[in-house]
Amino acid sequence: MKLVIAIIKPLKLEVVKDELRSLGVKGITVTEVKGYGRQEGHVEIYRGAEYRVEFVPKVKLEIAVPDELADQVVERIMLAARTGQIGDGKVFVLPLEGAYRIRTGEGGETAL
Amino acid sequence: MNNVSAGDTAFMLIATALVMFMTPGLALFYGGMVRSKNALGTIMQSFVALGIVTVLWILFGYSLAFGPDKFHLIGGLKYLGLNGVGAAPNADLAATIPQTVFMAYQLMFAIITPALISGAFAERMKFKGYLLFIALWTIVVYFPVAHWVWAPGGWIRNLGALDFAGGTVVHINAGIAALAAALYIGKRKGFGKEAHVPHNVPMTVLGAAMLWFGWFGFNAGSALSAGSLAASAFVATQVAAATATLGWVIAEWAKAGKPTTLGAATGAVAGLVAITPAAGFVGPLGAAVIGLLAGAICYFAVGLKYRFGYDDSLDVVGCHLVGGIVGSLATGIFASKVINPAGANGLLFGNPSLFLIQFIAVAVTMGFGFIVTLALLKVTDVLVGLRVSEEEEETGLDLSQHSEGAYALGFGEMTMASTGAVSRPVDEALKTHAAILAEAAEKMAAAAEKMSTSDKSA
Repeated sequence: MKLVIAIIKPLKLEVVKDELRSLGVKGITVTEVKGYGRQEGHVEIYRGAEYRVEFVPKVKLEIAVPDELADQVVERIMLAARTGQIGDGKVFVLPLEGAYRIRTGEGGETAL
Repeated sequence: MNNVSAGDTAFMLIATALVMFMTPGLALFYGGMVRSKNALGTIMQSFVALGIVTVLWILFGYSLAFGPDKFHLIGGLKYLGLNGVGAAPNADLAATIPQTVFMAYQLMFAIITPALISGAFAERMKFKGYLLFIALWTIVVYFPVAHWVWAPGGWIRNLGALDFAGGTVVHINAGIAALAAALYIGKRKGFGKEAHVPHNVPMTVLGAAMLWFGWFGFNAGSALSAGSLAASAFVATQVAAATATLGWVIAEWAKAGKPTTLGAATGAVAGLVAITPAAGFVGPLGAAVIGLLAGAICYFAVGLKYRFGYDDSLDVVGCHLVGGIVGSLATGIFASKVINPAGANGLLFGNPSLFLIQFIAVAVTMGFGFIVTLALLKVTDVLVGLRVSEEEEETGLDLSQHSEGAYALGFGEMTMASTGAVSRPVDEALKTHAAILAEAAEKMAAAAEKMSTSDKSA
């Protein structure tokens, strides 16, 4: 199993979710996050005082998938979340050692 | 009693309620500009003034401000506990409304003035220290200055200075106290480095709108009667607020590149401040110029704190002191007897002496206010302390001073602290879980035993 972590633009969440669902991904955990990469943030002005906002809002998806689905999941996210502008985000893939469904106690891929 | 006008009384009761509404408006105006951890602490500082100043006022404050003059400096104790303040008008103060109405109207001004100061030391003032400070300040600074400027016999009034609705008494007075307080109490942690940005600009805009609305009572009501003077002041108020909104927005658009909502709201308040002393003495065009000047000048004035390094957190100096000075001096320029025969002509109408008198009124209010405020801060500091600890400042006023939070976002990690028996569902679940595991282990052991016996038999 693999854990795919994707940091994407918030406005791309809907299309990415639809793509992944059509692939047969059973669940996604979504978190609103902030961070910085190569994108330079933005400036806010309050009563003439300028503030640089360096941490930009993003959405983090965590998706646990069977090994054979991992490459497709990454590919779909890359296609769906891309705008071509700086700040589109990143995808990370990690090996996943275990997965359990709390309600039934099932383990392994059946728990995904 | 016979002189009471039903129309004037009805108007003044409504104007009184309008001015009261400005203090919760100020609470939201300030509350939106602080970080979310200080929202309630900031709102509380304005709101509690409604409580504390009302009590001071009815006990002795009204008497000190508007009681029979003593030495042109303070009112006598004739109205102690509102004794003798009743249905009959006091012809020297307001001839056509019951004195109770005049008293209640003036009370609302006394409430908002100390609350205005709170913006200067936002996000770092101990609540106990705040209470003592505003009580002392209201008694030692506000009551005398209100007497000097507005009460018959008051020495600034005797000079011929014009202050229609409180440019000196309310705004310069609060503004100079704010400067003293910002200097005495010191900067917030991280001032000029960390982002101390508004957590809720819509709340601030709502507060500004409530202030604008209430200001019609503040300025038009200062005519103390329902008539042409109130109408003229009403229009001047609207016009100045409008041109100041534009003045600020244009100035910041030109300088910073973008027109901001916070700027529009702040500009409106700056214009309302500036027109306050002038409202009953200038025409609509004079008001337009005063507003435009106030909007643009105050925009540049709020930047001074970064240059000089004092942390006037919510710009009480930039808006109320500077706006009040602009308005008071402009009154000396634009005042006209055509608008108000009881007033005086200003510089523009051939009377340069009024400008000089206005200047003296401004300078005296500032000098007196600055020195006495510093002394009161020192007294309060020694008695109960002014500033929260560094850790409390980091935590925020809401939790450290009031044990509450403005916003319950996120997951509640809260349980009732007062009830004795607390149910612990996880403990129960763990017990059940342990039982299941034990049972499973038993079964597995039995199965293993079975297998081993079957192996042997095989």
